Amino acid sequence: MLSGYLVTVLITIGIYIILALSLNLITGYAGQISLGHAAFMGIGAYTSALFYTKAGLGFWPSFLLAGLVAGLLGTILAIPCLRVREDFLAITTMGINFVVEATFLYIPFFGAGMGIGGIDLPHFFGQEISKSGYLALVVLVIGLMIALDRWLTRSWIGLAWAAIREDEEAAGAMGIDVVRFKVLAFALGSAGAGLAGSLYAHFLTFIMPVNFSFAQSMVILSMVVFGGIGTLRGPIVGAIVLGALPEISRPAMEYRTLVYGLLLLLLMRFQPGGILGEHSLLPRSWRKLCTAMQNGKTGQ
Amino acid sequence: MLFQQIANGIATGAVYALTTLGLTMVYGVLRVLHVAHAGIYALGAYVGLVAFRFLESFWLSLLVAMVVCAAAGILVERFLYTPLLHLPRIVPLIGSIGLFIAMEEAFRIVAGPYALAYETEIRFLSLGLGPLRLTAPQSLIFTVTMLLLGLLWLLLSRSTLGLAMRATAMDADTTATFGVDTRLIVSLTFAIGSALAGAAGVLIGVYDNQVWPTMGSIPAYKCLAIVVLGGLGNIPGSVLASFLIGLAETLLIGVVAIPFPRDALAFVAMILVLMFRPRGLLGKG
Repeated sequence: MLSGYLVTVLITIGIYIILALSLNLITGYAGQISLGHAAFMGIGAYTSALFYTKAGLGFWPSFLLAGLVAGLLGTILAIPCLRVREDFLAITTMGINFVVEATFLYIPFFGAGMGIGGIDLPHFFGQEISKSGYLALVVLVIGLMIALDRWLTRSWIGLAWAAIREDEEAAGAMGIDVVRFKVLAFALGSAGAGLAGSLYAHFLTFIMPVNFSFAQSMVILSMVVFGGIGTLRGPIVGAIVLGALPEISRPAMEYRTLVYGLLLLLLMRFQPGGILGEHSLLPRSWRKLCTAMQNGKTGQ
Repeated sequence: MLFQQIANGIATGAVYALTTLGLTMVYGVLRVLHVAHAGIYALGAYVGLVAFRFLESFWLSLLVAMVVCAAAGILVERFLYTPLLHLPRIVPLIGSIGLFIAMEEAFRIVAGPYALAYETEIRFLSLGLGPLRLTAPQSLIFTVTMLLLGLLWLLLSRSTLGLAMRATAMDADTTATFGVDTRLIVSLTFAIGSALAGAAGVLIGVYDNQVWPTMGSIPAYKCLAIVVLGGLGNIPGSVLASFLIGLAETLLIGVVAIPFPRDALAFVAMILVLMFRPRGLLGKG
């Protein structure tokens, strides 16, 4: 049996994996810089919490509604983002994050600074599920996200996103409906963040606006770029490494944030594709090693 | 009450203008979103404080802070941004965020997590116009800002160096073919922008009577919003947007008392303006 502490850490990391994978759809595949992913996580968490505590819905409908509402709001908020590009887009999404957080913080309906409490773990056949059961649910959602990722990258949607990412004008000239595919990326990515937010809310049982601040967006984005943006393995590994880092380095608590900042700085400076990016050092050496071993075999 | 709030708004706007000017100049020449600029701003405040304790002169400590920040700006440009220019925009942006986080932590570890008192007796005349009176520190901020803005304007519009800087911002490759050392110009632009941020840090330290490790957190992102509002890379636009946001913050929150966090206002204004003018208030196209 896993210890309670370990399960808690694993669930947190699992939720970050979902967040990183969903952001990867927007920023990695479609190439649209988003610095406000935590806003959609927050929208999901608050939707789920409100439906659960105020409307008296169960976990499952609240969970699905969280994904739906976050996806819808992601679609609506993508509209101002469509008018702007690159640097303007980065700052617009950052602005959306600050405005969403301010809305939670200043409107009494959302619990204002007090947040929302009393959100329970889901029930399964009339019984509250255990932490390990919840971990299984998180892993299931990760599995679905990976399947979605595989399906998208192998379909026309993935190709269209890649075209837009590499050269928007050229993609438009080739007859790709740039607006539709950009909105689709924001809708799917935000829906994924909403589901993760719901899982987060029901796990913590208590949410506050600060959980969904711009700093949280930075953590998610760091995980994506740390592992390798635009790949499937990158965000997963990034979420695991950066999610586990605070747990492993507890004794070095004092310098944790410093290490985090320096890590991002040095990684971008020397391995801008992330540790597992297509052209980064590790995968390259790994491929070289594989070829060398294969050559060795055939040589014998 | 109203006039007092307007005075506060002008002082706030002046500090925003000093900070955002550097950002917009840097964006002009390198096209990077320099989040770590706010780290330089906080560095300026700390250096200013230390220099003030040794030199016991406000003006000398302001100068020292500006020189140190200029050097730090050149370091950031040479080490972080220039090697990453050929990569997607997100790479230098994340690197810059990493640097900013690390700088804030370094300040906390070196100088302690608490605010340090900045005790200065400022003897400065108090400016006023009719019922509008600026207090001595506000007058100081306003005067120093106007002085630096005036110097910058003279430099950019009346000197050969300024011409080279404007040309580099417009088209670095073409400028280089005319025999301009654009690398040097980029470094100089960073130095000047960072010196202005350092001055802004010192002024805020004096105005609030304290310096603290996370003092750059809010300017880091709010100034980006202001820069975008003014039209990225557009210098008059940044100055205009800085004073507008400074006044809007103090008047809407302080006088009208709308229930909204002060620091999110700049972003709301930015998103609204971008809906109608995707290149900012004074941006072209």
